[in-house]
Amino acid sequence: MNWKRSAIAAAVAAPFIVLLAYGLTKDPREIPSPLPGRQAPDFALEVFLPGEGTMARSVGDTVSLAALRGKVVVLNFWASWCLECITEHQDLSLAARQLSGKPVQFVGVLYNDVVDAGRRWVAERGGEAYPALNDPGARVAIDYGLYGVPETFVIDPSGRVAYKHTGPIWAGLLTAKVDSILAAASGPQGQ
Amino acid sequence: MTRLVRSRLARAAMAPALAFGLVAAQPTRQAPPLPDSVVEARTTALAASLRCPVCQGLSIQDSPSELAQQMRSLIREQVASGKTDADVRDYFLSKYGEFILLEPRARGFNLLAYLLPVAVLVTGALVVGWNVRRWTRPSEPAPHGGEPPAA
Repeated sequence: MNWKRSAIAAAVAAPFIVLLAYGLTKDPREIPSPLPGRQAPDFALEVFLPGEGTMARSVGDTVSLAALRGKVVVLNFWASWCLECITEHQDLSLAARQLSGKPVQFVGVLYNDVVDAGRRWVAERGGEAYPALNDPGARVAIDYGLYGVPETFVIDPSGRVAYKHTGPIWAGLLTAKVDSILAAASGPQGQ
Repeated sequence: MTRLVRSRLARAAMAPALAFGLVAAQPTRQAPPLPDSVVEARTTALAASLRCPVCQGLSIQDSPSELAQQMRSLIREQVASGKTDADVRDYFLSKYGEFILLEPRARGFNLLAYLLPVAVLVTGALVVGWNVRRWTRPSEPAPHGGEPPAA
């Protein structure tokens, strides 16, 4: 009789154990974004730091995603109060300089911060290779489903979100992503 | 007299066309702005159903964070502009995915969250009922009048 009870208990417990085991395979901190693969939300934001070289934009100008069609756009959300943004700052500028001869545009979007604080932060770090834009009311940040900073979106020449990176990104990964998108876009399939 | 009848007939004939015209004109007409109290109540209800992305288990309504406040004002704007509750919820879903909903939608894998507690409750009730019946069953032999054993 005892074996019968044990068998029933095991049959009842088994699905729960399977469910919990499945839960252990998931990273609770990883929140999947629905954006990769979809059309990137458009934006039109004002420049408050010009950047340099081919990626430079005049202060006060408006940069819109629609006007950047045909280029790979690297959209980085940052803030002067964000510690991890310090880590990735050099890498972003390095990647922007390495890719400057290609149809690529980097833009940094200031998230929930004061423009003057953003300007000071960049000046303290010896400048930035790409323009910085202001996002009042975090409307663009919400449109991109932002959880925190830093977050980086790579948008392909057709305006689709090709890649989203949560946390500080590094130059090697970013240039590799951009190069693979450019290669796909210039290949016979990408035409 | 005949003119009067004719004009009445003409008006009667025009009535459905006019009515159709009015109905057809409805969607293009500017909807009257919602009263502030309605906008506020719907904003509060929607904000209470959405999770604050930068908090630990707090709704946009309950969170004091800057992003939650900005999201609340965006909800208010969307409601005031005539968007339905489903439109607003769909907007946030399209940006943040299912994570943004404090209550998961009852479909697919999410159904487990709704069905499992019921299944556990029913199983528990069955086990308790079965045990109660076993414990309260009289342990004496069969009452008088019962069939005597065949042997």
